[in-house]
Amino acid sequence: MPTPTTDGNSAHDVHGGLPITRRAANRPVPSADLLRAWYRDLILIREFEIRCMQAYQDKKIGGFCHVYIGQEAVAVGCVAALKPQDPLVTAYRNHGHALARGMKARACMAEMFGRVDGCAKGKGGSMHMFDREHNLFGGHGIVGAQTPLGAGLAFATKYEDEVINNGKSSRVTLCFLGDGALNQGAFHEALNLAGLMNLPVIFVVENNGYSMGTSIHRGTTQSHDLSSKALGYGIDATVIDGMNLLEVYHGMKDVVEKCRRESRPAFVDMRCYRYKGHSMSDPRKYRSRDEEAIWEQGDPIGTFEKFILDQGTITQDQIKSLQKEVKLEVREAVEFADNSPVPPLSDLYHDVYREPWGKYSGTSEPRMYGGALNPPTFRATREGDGLI
Amino acid sequence: MSATQELEFRDAIRDAMSEEMRRDKRVMLIGEEVAEYNGAYKVSRGMLDEFGPRRVIDTPISESGFAGMAIGAAMLGLRPVVEFMSWSFSLVAADPILNNAPKMLFMSGGQFGCPIVFRGNDGAGGQLGSTHSWSVEGLFSNVPGIKIVIPSTPADAKGLMKTAIRDDDPVFFLESERMLGMKGDVPVGEDVLVKFGQALIRREGADCTLASWGRPVHFCMEAAQELAKEGISCEVIDLRTIRPLDIGCIERSVRKTSNLVIVDQSWSFGSPGSEVAAQIHQRCFDDLDNHVHRVHAEDVPAPYAYNLEQEYLPNTRKICEAVRSATYNS
Ligand SMILES: Cc1ncc(C[n+]2csc(CCOP(=O)(O)OP(=O)(O)O)c2C)c(N)n1
Ligand SMILES: [Mg+2]
Repeated sequence: MPTPTTDGNSAHDVHGGLPITRRAANRPVPSADLLRAWYRDLILIREFEIRCMQAYQDKKIGGFCHVYIGQEAVAVGCVAALKPQDPLVTAYRNHGHALARGMKARACMAEMFGRVDGCAKGKGGSMHMFDREHNLFGGHGIVGAQTPLGAGLAFATKYEDEVINNGKSSRVTLCFLGDGALNQGAFHEALNLAGLMNLPVIFVVENNGYSMGTSIHRGTTQSHDLSSKALGYGIDATVIDGMNLLEVYHGMKDVVEKCRRESRPAFVDMRCYRYKGHSMSDPRKYRSRDEEAIWEQGDPIGTFEKFILDQGTITQDQIKSLQKEVKLEVREAVEFADNSPVPPLSDLYHDVYREPWGKYSGTSEPRMYGGALNPPTFRATREGDGLI
Repeated sequence: MSATQELEFRDAIRDAMSEEMRRDKRVMLIGEEVAEYNGAYKVSRGMLDEFGPRRVIDTPISESGFAGMAIGAAMLGLRPVVEFMSWSFSLVAADPILNNAPKMLFMSGGQFGCPIVFRGNDGAGGQLGSTHSWSVEGLFSNVPGIKIVIPSTPADAKGLMKTAIRDDDPVFFLESERMLGMKGDVPVGEDVLVKFGQALIRREGADCTLASWGRPVHFCMEAAQELAKEGISCEVIDLRTIRPLDIGCIERSVRKTSNLVIVDQSWSFGSPGSEVAAQIHQRCFDDLDNHVHRVHAEDVPAPYAYNLEQEYLPNTRKICEAVRSATYNS
């Protein structure tokens, strides 16, 4: 079998495309603590998704469920390149992003189960993970809808820093999208606006080669060179190997730093592959098992595991015990979700409007900041938390 | 009585926005031609000069993009006022305004709200043809999570706009290009607000209640005057907001008059008018002398020709006919 490649040289390459610039080899290796923490995040997401698939089969999870298996390095590497106060917004394949951002597995799982202890009290579901504490502004279910939102989050951080506080723009927004979202009008409008208004937002295309059953070549022009989409809007583009955590991290570090420094948008073609079907009901007839096998050889977890073992960062025994720990954590999350109560029916009329009126009971969550009738203070509740 | 000042409808809206922008730096105005052009309909006249381009922001013609962008900004705590040159153009932004703004608070379990105002011209009457003459309240009042404001006077426009900007939920503020030049007395003062969900009785009467909102309120007033000559006394209610809906005000009036005619310039099928009718039938079944009558735009695309457009819209003649029909045996 040919070696897996995302460089556009293999017959099995789903992206086609320009070669990827590799950076990690020339960079200092991050600290052992960091590497171990990342490894734990990778296997946590994988384990979480495996248990989601089981729970879905057991009918504990309803609706649509899109798992992230194969793309774990993207979420972990991108989040590692951000500061906690940088807003993040994404699409519906979002469990990995939520966990990488720091959401507790139990809150994420309880949300999947539609239980009251879920991150959104069971009202959001698998596609809509929101976490204010971790600056996660949602998973969004309509393809491409989150791209203008991402531009808007960047607009708001910049506005707060520059217009309200007369300072310098300090935060960047990370906006994930799938390759299918490249074909949505909202994406193009968002890029044009971000380019025009110099918004510090990074559009990371998780280019897994497929939108449901449509390979990127069938749905997108210039699929071999997505950079051209961004260049058309005056936005710099970078191609990154999303199957390699160190490449993601170092590549994104550069992009984030430049975006923060110049307060300008950026675009990333993040080459990756989803190992499972689009959602739980997808028999994957549109691609060959050979193709999948080749990509599985380049498993981001296996690659990273080998790297840290070779580095001597971690021993086989430590890996075993981490795996055990993570399995336990996720099993506990499933039990927690299963034992969490269903939301009370009164919750139907809760959180529809901020203040109570008529049949609506308002919301019990605190406002973003400053009450509407109080003079705005713009004081962060936690250091570095900006407007939240 | 506090002091008043005579203002055009458009300037009342402008004053409301400007006062709120002076009061709160989180408030900004964004839309097509709002800054350098001073507004396609001159509603934002002078605002760029006062607030500068960081807070009064011109956009390209990308309703979906800038509506979505403003919603993202609102999630983080800004309070954007988004101008649609016409609500007819908001249809290309249907996803952000209907799928994002009104659902964010709910689907995030209360974590992220959306304090935003969308505003612009709504309704036919300027011979703009089928695509530019939408009365979007017919569509949008169906959606929970939104508040919908449709003022009929400059004073209400100002007071309701200020409330809209201070509100923590997404507010759709529907103006009428036909009324932007209308003058009226507007209370002076930064804190004169008009609350949502409080209808106003514009004229008291005994025989029939006329319930309306926005521009057709004026047609109702004309009709009431006309009908008075025939000895039919109409009570005219201006709802001012249709979400929240002050159904209690209509209910109390109908208990007194026993007749109701609703005047709604959107299409009849699945409209705010049909909702009010259903609620009043339920609440006042035994009080009504006749079924609730409704005057809507005709159930066809808006025509261009002047005479056809006049016939298409609710007008004084149609309202008088409906009231006569409703009260014929009282
Ligand atoms: C506007 C819209 N159209 C269609 C869908 C149905 N749909 C959900 S996901 C999807 C494919 C998107 O693929 P991509 O953007 O590549 O993301 P991936 O699933 O690969 O993560 C489609 C067609 C939708 N959610 N929204
Ligand atoms: Mg895809």
